[in-house]
Amino acid sequence: MSVPQYRKATALALVAGLGLSLTACSTKSGDSSNDASGKVTITVDCQPVGAQKEILQNWNDDVVEFQKQNPDIIIKSVSVGEQCNNPPDFTARLAGGTVTDLFYGYMTDLQQVLDSGQAKDITEFANKDSIPTWDSVDPALKEVFTDGGKLYAVPVKNYSMGLVYNKVLFQQAGLDANNPPKTWGEVRAAAKKISALGNGIAGYSEYSAGNTGGWHFTSLLYSQGGQVLTPDGKKAAFNDAAGKQVLQNLKDMRYGDNSMGDRQLLQWGDLLTNAGAGKVGMFIGAPDTTQAIVSQFQGKFQDWAMAPLPGQDGAAKGTLGGGEGYFFKKDLTPEQVKAGLKWIAYQKLTPGKGQFDYVRAKPQNYPVGLPQPLLFANGTEAQKQELELRKANANVDTANFAIFEANPVPIKGEPRNAQAIYAVLDAAMSGVLTSPNSNIDALLKTAEEKVNQLLAAES
Amino acid sequence: MAITTVPETIRKPGRPTSPYRTRPQRTSLGRKVRDNLTGHTFLIGAVLCFVVFSWYPMIRGVVMSFQRTRRGETTWVGWDNYVRIVADPSFWTAWQNTIYFTLLALVFGYALPFFVAILLNEFRHAKGYLRILVYLPVMLPPASALFLFKFYAYDPSEAGLFNAILKALHLPTSQWMQSPEMTMPAMVIASTWMNMGGAVLIYLAALQNVPGELYEAAELDGAGIWRRIVNVTIPQTRLILALLAMLQIVATMQLFIEPLILANGAGAEDSATSVAYLIYQHGFFQNDLNGAAALGVIMLVVLAGFSAVYVRLTAKQD
Repeated sequence: MSVPQYRKATALALVAGLGLSLTACSTKSGDSSNDASGKVTITVDCQPVGAQKEILQNWNDDVVEFQKQNPDIIIKSVSVGEQCNNPPDFTARLAGGTVTDLFYGYMTDLQQVLDSGQAKDITEFANKDSIPTWDSVDPALKEVFTDGGKLYAVPVKNYSMGLVYNKVLFQQAGLDANNPPKTWGEVRAAAKKISALGNGIAGYSEYSAGNTGGWHFTSLLYSQGGQVLTPDGKKAAFNDAAGKQVLQNLKDMRYGDNSMGDRQLLQWGDLLTNAGAGKVGMFIGAPDTTQAIVSQFQGKFQDWAMAPLPGQDGAAKGTLGGGEGYFFKKDLTPEQVKAGLKWIAYQKLTPGKGQFDYVRAKPQNYPVGLPQPLLFANGTEAQKQELELRKANANVDTANFAIFEANPVPIKGEPRNAQAIYAVLDAAMSGVLTSPNSNIDALLKTAEEKVNQLLAAES
Repeated sequence: MAITTVPETIRKPGRPTSPYRTRPQRTSLGRKVRDNLTGHTFLIGAVLCFVVFSWYPMIRGVVMSFQRTRRGETTWVGWDNYVRIVADPSFWTAWQNTIYFTLLALVFGYALPFFVAILLNEFRHAKGYLRILVYLPVMLPPASALFLFKFYAYDPSEAGLFNAILKALHLPTSQWMQSPEMTMPAMVIASTWMNMGGAVLIYLAALQNVPGELYEAAELDGAGIWRRIVNVTIPQTRLILALLAMLQIVATMQLFIEPLILANGAGAEDSATSVAYLIYQHGFFQNDLNGAAALGVIMLVVLAGFSAVYVRLTAKQD
């Protein structure tokens, strides 16, 4: 080859290589379609990550079994790491248009997903034919994913918050683990006794960073009978007696009693890490936090129990509920939507299958017997089946959750623009937890102004 | 027909002509490209990379800052995003925090490496060994270094490294990242520790270019070490000093990873919220990509302003 030819060949190869690389970068999955043989392929995210071996195996087994039952459907599952519990990752994928055909989102994500223009209206597809237990699914949960009369996602998990407490520390502090605190005054007294054990133990622990502070403020506010927003959703409503009481309780425990530990600015994993290490007496959370403590933070199931969320002087006036669902990407064909609904019905909404396969989960140290997910409405056939299976295969001590289950607190949903509001309220929470001189009135006023501005900009 | 050679008579005086030049002076673009085909091909690759990964996102950001996306529909909204962002109380908090951090970083992160470099330059023995020691923190990934500070040095209990030292010295302990007053100084300490090695190496290189005779002359004139630094070292290294000052300003104003890791984001009472973190918060927590883009453009303009000032200053010095 002569020198000019060699140069030309090199140049062509480089250009072709670069072009192909760029093309490869920009190509979106072409898997999600109906192929010539009539098979329908759908991609689904939130496949468990490799470290969760048994849960991943269960997922893969479900895929194999589902495809055996539905030979015309191919499920391509994708693990997207943090997307399934990290709002920034989710937002990035949504904004970048790289969500899968079926994509997971929080109940607070509906408006964000609609704004991105990526969700498909599945109202006409979601019914008893596509999901046999559809009529049993709690209508309130369907409502959360409904906008303008159109349904955009199928709920697959639902929780409510209560008081999670460490029975071992209760016993060590001379407290009755079977008679947990019912009011915030009792929480305060118990926290003092537990923190007196020393060794870096916090009697009560609370979040104040990464949006989790605002999230918990909302639940504490509901317990006081307060509201985050006015009924029309246009103004902040937390700068009142209830909001002040929430922050005053925390400030009293943090600086009056010194019963909340030294380290603050905690976000989700920080608190659970401390809890797993036996350094937290009480915190508020959903039943599945005990699962996270065991599976991710080396704790023990038998150490933890749950009580209803305390109120100020008696029972709590409300508690925060939340959960998750699966959205459908806008450009899916009707066949793909139907296939996706079939998969969700199988994996998420059938007693005895998928997430409700308690017979399989029992020997795997995967908790069976927790009082959630609360997906099916009271008295429905699916709920009865699921509860019976749960009871028959329980591998956690259900007595630890009996008080929580027997004393339900009215559940309230998350406010509009929840994540943005939580980010603002983090500052109020961090204020009372990091500064003995914090001014509660000023903290709430600043947060109120910011939230009002945020809502005004959104409207 | 195009004229490709210039007649001898109309050439400007003093312009030498090469006796070896046989080709016409002007060659066509196509010819130039053909002559340097491989080079141009590599150039295309580099330019494409810049276009795709640097320039396009910037231009896209500017465009997005004038748009609003709702329900998948994008509309032009003029300056609305800018007005909204500037009206956000967090906007001014973030700028105050960022400027405070930048000023502190100029005092500590900029001056300290210079004096460390002067010290190192004075050592006669174990020079290489000492340089490696100073440079070591740069080799640690920033996230790892910051986690070390977060969980080990800045532990607010008395078990924390810094608090243990303060206690041993009978000084009051600190809440470090949990104290709104200490947030910025604590971030500057961590940042300075992480980045000092690189700056020290650049200063050392500059110091070694200062002619030794100047110091000898200064010493003969009776100048002490302080006079030698002021009258010899600083004037002789002024260009490097100016360059690093500008780089320090541009880098520290993009403060992001320190708040994210050390303060879990906004920090105590928003004391760690930087402009870059606010961009992240708008974009990824508040679902406000357009607002984030507007804030990004504001930041770009401010930093470009600093860079322009630097270019003017150094041009005058030259």
